[in-house]
Amino acid sequence: MTILFLILPITLVLSGGAAIAFSWATRNGQFDDLETPALRALDDESSHEQRASSAIQTRSDRNG
Amino acid sequence: MANVAYDLDLGAESAPNAACSHCGLPVPSARRDPDRATQFCCDGCSAVYSVLNSSGLEAYYQKQNAAERRAAPAPSRLGFEELDQPSFAEQHCRNLGRGLSSVDLYLEGIHCSACVWLVERLSRVAPAVVEARFDMTRSVLHVTWELSRAPLSAVARALDSLGYRPHPAGASTMAAEQRRGDRAILLRVGLSGAAAGNVMLMAWALYSGAFGGMTAEYVSMFRWGSLLITTPTVFGAGSVFFRGGLAALRTRTPHMDLPVSIGILAGYIGSVANTLTATGDVYFDSLCTLTFLLLVGRYLQRTHHRRSTRASELLNALAPATARLVEGEVTRLVPASDVSPGCLVEIGIDERIPVDGRVVTGSSAIDASLLTGESQPQEVTVGDRVHSGTVNCVAPIRVRVESVGADSRLGRLVHAVESTQRERAPVVRLADRVAGYFVLVILATAALTFLFWLRIDARHALDHTVALLVVTCPCALGMATPLAVSSALRRAAQVGILFKGGEFIEELARPGRFVFDKTGTLTEGRLDLVAWDGDLEARALLRSAEEHSSHPIGRAIQRALPKSDLVCRTVRELPGGLSAEVSERQLWAGSIACVAADVQVPRWASVLVAEHAANGRTPVVVVVDGRVAAIAAFADVIRADARSSLERLRALGFELEVLSGDHPQVVQNLSNQLGLPFVRACGGASPEMKLERIRSLRASGQRIFMVGDGVNDAAAMSAANVGIAVHGGAEVCLAAADVFTTRPGLTTVVLAALGARRSVRAIRFGVALSLAYNLVGIALAISGHLSPLVAAILMPLSSITVVTLALRSKTFEEGCT
Repeated sequence: MTILFLILPITLVLSGGAAIAFSWATRNGQFDDLETPALRALDDESSHEQRASSAIQTRSDRNG
Repeated sequence: MANVAYDLDLGAESAPNAACSHCGLPVPSARRDPDRATQFCCDGCSAVYSVLNSSGLEAYYQKQNAAERRAAPAPSRLGFEELDQPSFAEQHCRNLGRGLSSVDLYLEGIHCSACVWLVERLSRVAPAVVEARFDMTRSVLHVTWELSRAPLSAVARALDSLGYRPHPAGASTMAAEQRRGDRAILLRVGLSGAAAGNVMLMAWALYSGAFGGMTAEYVSMFRWGSLLITTPTVFGAGSVFFRGGLAALRTRTPHMDLPVSIGILAGYIGSVANTLTATGDVYFDSLCTLTFLLLVGRYLQRTHHRRSTRASELLNALAPATARLVEGEVTRLVPASDVSPGCLVEIGIDERIPVDGRVVTGSSAIDASLLTGESQPQEVTVGDRVHSGTVNCVAPIRVRVESVGADSRLGRLVHAVESTQRERAPVVRLADRVAGYFVLVILATAALTFLFWLRIDARHALDHTVALLVVTCPCALGMATPLAVSSALRRAAQVGILFKGGEFIEELARPGRFVFDKTGTLTEGRLDLVAWDGDLEARALLRSAEEHSSHPIGRAIQRALPKSDLVCRTVRELPGGLSAEVSERQLWAGSIACVAADVQVPRWASVLVAEHAANGRTPVVVVVDGRVAAIAAFADVIRADARSSLERLRALGFELEVLSGDHPQVVQNLSNQLGLPFVRACGGASPEMKLERIRSLRASGQRIFMVGDGVNDAAAMSAANVGIAVHGGAEVCLAAADVFTTRPGLTTVVLAALGARRSVRAIRFGVALSLAYNLVGIALAISGHLSPLVAAILMPLSSITVVTLALRSKTFEEGCT
């Protein structure tokens, strides 16, 4: 059972890492809008397609 | 003299299969075109439909849920030139480099996922747009566009053409602060949750160790490990409670945070002392769980508050941002802020007046219903005053400016809304009121326990006291109310009632007086043709003459009568009427004052006119070839469910009052028609008088619920205990209201009051239940049977029952009225 003396600190370090990751995500605004993405997911035509197409559009505009 | 009033009513309701191709609402018979595949209820819908089809966005209609369909907002067709001003760009736009700019726009009228889908595809309508992302919570669209390809006004016009009128998203500092607060509380919830989980695992080991035997070194390790996690949780994530508790002490107001702080601190100090001395019990798991659950309650409470109020900003947006300044022979479009008193401005037909002033040339009718609630347009001529925010209906006028901006009547109204909202005292929540007594009871029982055990077993006196304080920490209480409230809010939203905060549910559940606006609230808020006496042939003539009229009476005729194919020539709008030549016949329609001077009015006609006028209807005399052919009457009809709803409210024990900006006679007629014992039915109240009335009622100790729909009610609504905006109200009114309904009619208002009462009953039950659990805890602690294990079981158990109860309680339900 002495392994506990090793496992416990490791657990603490791991949870500390998770806590830091969570606080980064929160401060980064990942959880700001929890309503709209849920509506977006229902679209057949996903919105990244749209963004990709508009990105292509802007690129071609810039080239032309 | 056939009276065809009934005939007309039937016409509007029959053939329900003709639904508007855009919004799905029934198409008025007059607008029905059987030869076409598409039907529209209004020009706005038809315009939006053609925009959607020409930009390949027809899929919008498939995404729309039939239940979500509602009157779609029509394009305002404004120019939005004010968005191109350099000062605006400086304030609101961000330059992203490479020719890209971004801006946040607040959108009116977004209500479902199909709307979101549509506005996020803005680039199809406005090619200069690179990206559009919508934030449903704030109703704000974040737009990135190429400034070199199109000005912002073009982007705004594109949004407007879809029916979503954009406004500058406004004070971004406030939104940023709100967001920071949201993130902070979420961070606390997440971190304390993780901590609670980990400490619970260690507590699990400790409890099984206590039964199965565990060597002291392991016990001490788990205790120290728990201490390591609990300390930052209690003082980091849980610091909000200590701050709140201190504030409650300082201001001497009861607050939930006080008993919470006492419990947590006592438990923490006791546990740390026992860890250091390796004796007694530790409560680290309970402390972390407590902090977590209470923070969840706090988080829920925070999210109750929907969109931050932007009433004043929206109100300001009612006055157009541009004005046409007259300089000698030419007119020039300038920002409204550049106009000063003494200038001359010109206002075209169907335009909103940007300033307060006096008419110097032209005569017209002004639709002031938005500002004052008067259902009939006011005739104005040289020398009359006009106010900013009202609409010029009939003919172009020129106005000598008297006051602008904050000094205008609209500006002063904005100021009144702002100041009443600021002055409003916060509602004392039920949970906080309970907390006051709670603290006293806990401290008293803690002292008793300590003294009691001091005599019997002095060594454990402190342990038992700590146990009591931990177990009585009002965890269930702190969760019960926010949860019951948030579940009630969710249920309310499902039946079309949106509360802006949980406290309004508690307010609405108490007895009080409902004060109703008339126009648009008790009535439909628009003129409709209610009677036609005389020559039926003249209807087709009148319909074709009014084809393009934007006067409310013209609109009523367009809605009520079938489109005619008679050729109409030379329509002239007169003060109080119009004249036209329709298929070789001379038509003249207008008020009795307008026609009486030139036409002999027969006796039957003048009797009818007098009768209509006495009953609050607007009579219109129709003259064909110099002879009076018919009398038409127009009125703002009472909503179908008004009577039954008001009756129900009265049965629930509420007092009723009508406070209207319309003519006292009209209000009197309405009150007679409804036949209900109103405490008072008062007409002719300007927005300022409404505000004054609500203030004086509140000063006399009345609890006031103001129900309205217009800008003229906004100030009064923000002064009332609860302001309720009915469906179809002005956006400003929604922003000033505490509660708004998303379904037409007044039944939802009854449902709101009824649901609020049920919710409060559910809240009270939850509070009683959590107090009962505490009583059990106190009994166990005093008798010395409370171990940390019992506390660890009792606390979640009480929370779970309270949560289940809150989620299952039936509050707002359809059909329960």
